[in-house]
Amino acid sequence: MATRKPSGTSRNTREANPSAPAGVRDAVIVGGNRIPFSRAGKKYADASNQEMFTAALEGLVARFGLQGERIGEVVGGAVLKHSRDFNLVRESVLGSSLSPQTPAFDLQQACATGLEAAITVANKIRLGQIESGIAGGTDTVSDAPVAVSEGLRRALLDASHAKTLQARLKAFAKIRPSDLKPLTPATDEPRTGLSMGEHQAITTARWGISRAAQDEVALASHQHLAAAWDAGFFDDLVTPFRGLTRDDNLRADSSLEKLAKLKPVFGRGLAEPAEPTMTAGNSTPLTDGASTVLLSSAEWAAERDLPVLARLVDAETAAVDFVHGHDGLLMAPVHAVPRLLARNGLTLDDFDFFEIHEAFASTVLTTLAAWEDADYCKTELGLEAPLGSIDREKLNVNGSSLAAGHPFAATGGRILATAAKLVAAKAAETGRPARALISICAAGGLGATAVVESV
Amino acid sequence: MTDSYTKAVNSGFTKTLAKKLGLPRPAILRRFRAGDPLTVGPVLVVSDDASTTDADALAKELLGWGLDVRRQPTDDARWGAVLLVLTETQRPTDVSAAVLATGSVLRRLATNGRVVTVSRAAADGDAPALAAARNGVDGFLRSLAKELRAGATGNGIVLTDGAAVDDTSALATLRFFLSARSAYVDGQLLPVGPADAETPADWDRPLAGKVAVVTGAARGIGAAIAKTLARDGATVVCVDVPAAGEGLARTANAVGGTALQLDVTADDAGRRILEHARTRHGGLDVVVHNAGILRDKLLANMKPAQWDAVIAVNLEAQLRINEQLLGLDGGDRVEGLRIVSLASTSGIAGNKGQTNYGYSKAGVIGHTRATAPLAAAHGGTANAVAPGFIETEMTASIPFATREVARRLNSLQQGGQPVDVAEAIVFLASPASAGVNGQVLRVCGQNLVGR
Repeated sequence: MATRKPSGTSRNTREANPSAPAGVRDAVIVGGNRIPFSRAGKKYADASNQEMFTAALEGLVARFGLQGERIGEVVGGAVLKHSRDFNLVRESVLGSSLSPQTPAFDLQQACATGLEAAITVANKIRLGQIESGIAGGTDTVSDAPVAVSEGLRRALLDASHAKTLQARLKAFAKIRPSDLKPLTPATDEPRTGLSMGEHQAITTARWGISRAAQDEVALASHQHLAAAWDAGFFDDLVTPFRGLTRDDNLRADSSLEKLAKLKPVFGRGLAEPAEPTMTAGNSTPLTDGASTVLLSSAEWAAERDLPVLARLVDAETAAVDFVHGHDGLLMAPVHAVPRLLARNGLTLDDFDFFEIHEAFASTVLTTLAAWEDADYCKTELGLEAPLGSIDREKLNVNGSSLAAGHPFAATGGRILATAAKLVAAKAAETGRPARALISICAAGGLGATAVVESV
Repeated sequence: MTDSYTKAVNSGFTKTLAKKLGLPRPAILRRFRAGDPLTVGPVLVVSDDASTTDADALAKELLGWGLDVRRQPTDDARWGAVLLVLTETQRPTDVSAAVLATGSVLRRLATNGRVVTVSRAAADGDAPALAAARNGVDGFLRSLAKELRAGATGNGIVLTDGAAVDDTSALATLRFFLSARSAYVDGQLLPVGPADAETPADWDRPLAGKVAVVTGAARGIGAAIAKTLARDGATVVCVDVPAAGEGLARTANAVGGTALQLDVTADDAGRRILEHARTRHGGLDVVVHNAGILRDKLLANMKPAQWDAVIAVNLEAQLRINEQLLGLDGGDRVEGLRIVSLASTSGIAGNKGQTNYGYSKAGVIGHTRATAPLAAAHGGTANAVAPGFIETEMTASIPFATREVARRLNSLQQGGQPVDVAEAIVFLASPASAGVNGQVLRVCGQNLVGR
């Protein structure tokens, strides 16, 4: 693989991207590949994270003819991960058709893992440390690790450290029947003990988001995703896996009537007058899947006659104090976006597409409501005026997580590749640059956001 | 896809038993491996008196390929091949000595040996005696091929329009018939015309530097075609419907090519294939129309969807893609495009329950002949390959008894492998084969039905 850096790079990219600091060049998005997402316990019930991520990589390699290529770095991760998967991404690379000399590392930032991986890869490219990189993520709820109890774990460790048979027996003697119960994986917030859904239910109630508004977001997600599949939008973004050819959570025939019939599952314990509004229909289901995105310098792509969809312009992460403060668990992107826009001299009006991850329909709606709220923008975000409204016609135009499903670490790659393809098509159609804003909320009060622009 | 009978009668105790019982013993066919000799033994070149000059010219070429070439039948050799040159024969009585000389060595023809005739096609204006002599070779070769045993095959080169025996395309065809690449091609006479064909720098990598597209590449014969094209030097664009993407990625990664998930029935499929080949690989040289489907039903029970789907995928898609690649739709044109389409023996002899499939495959033969001059106008060719019984997942699903009968109904008494079809396609797609145009090459082990 060529690692040469053509001369004059920085000058050219400065012209192309005036907002980038000196000495930093563009990181472009060549394309992406994911496997269809599948509801937990269905098609991928016995597929491991490594198998899924390898499959996503193999589809990417095939699409772009990367067999034997030494990629600068492959970065990705999983939220629910076995301890044996300490080198999940590297092991996946070794099982792929990429050069075995391709370095890789695991990274994890809850549901923002995939986007954070892309930001990391893009920054390495921008600094000239690598010429190419693959970012991605994978998650399986079906093949999640099951841990042993603390008591059993302690006894096993003590026994393995014991030098004599007697000491070993003594260690085992400490095991109590209750220690034999396995611990099933939980995604509850460790500091509050509340599930993400219960957290969001509090936020939803505080912002007074109605059940009907949430169901409308959910319906639009299914309709948009179904239309995109039918139009062939995913023909060069998805490679089937284990006989699954489309996201199986997608309900093309969903309707407001059907969604309205579902019983609320979160927020049932909220104090009056709050009504529980969050159902299985307007919340994302547990999902298995994997995604990848190929990024590179413009030169690397040109040398290989690879297409370039867009560039990853900039990114911003944020966190909120949902434990002691009064902000909602999933409100961090609300904070990140104004900072990201200010740094790049942009407003919400400068975007053609908004990709706001639908952890819950109400997450999207509280995010939009917060940006429109003068008081919140002033007191929480420190803005003089509301950040503004967005044109709902530009929101998640090809569907998002409510319809596709949400394999935690795989969502970032899905959204990034979709956004890159959308801006490329828009720019080709209109003849002027197109831009997308990506916002992904994550557990732990985290959020990652990014700007993608056509080239 | 195993043929356990063929295995059994070729090894161990069951081999002895089969011999004693006089059971038919299909041979293990020799297939191409880089570095193996072209033929399994010395080559005997015989001719009638009038064709001696042509026979000498061919013998010289064979020597140039490093073969052990003899001009006299002797008793000591285990013959790898017999080349019977009858290009200048004038009357039926002329061929007697040469034909009988060929016969005299057949008992010593090696396993997987070859008999290749070289003759001229009867043409309008030929004297009746000349036409008789020329056309006689057809019936002779087809009969002889049925007499050959132990994996040996008989095929003929039929020169047309004044083509010379040592034209590049005639030599490429001769090489194909002599080699293990034509393992399952038997009893076929292939017309070869004059053409400005280039001799490959390396006969083992005739497609070096070429870009080839294969439709239906996710599995089976399509995957074998992709692998064989890549083995012979081509960069391969693997095309299949998005739903077959998993197998497609596997094929593309195995051959170091690219995967293009595309439904060939899309209106702009040809343009999208061309755009992919040009932007990603700098051009397009070969297109192999392999994508095909079956919707078997007796015509009395045929539903519109079953008929229409087969016609759309197997026939209309090929037509539309060819129109777009050859610029017949007013668009951009690919120069020197080599088109190879998958026909089928069902399109030649017909098959019960396959009126739709038979129509589509006979249609392929029709459009191939009509496309040939259009392609030739810009330095290209259009040919078809008609596979007989090939051991694939599809044929493995045929009930046992039917399958056993179907796979034995040919001179080689066995089914072919996907690679056999692929070898024929690579041969037709190669630059050296430019003189073969508008032809349908059967890869059927000389199936008893059809020609």
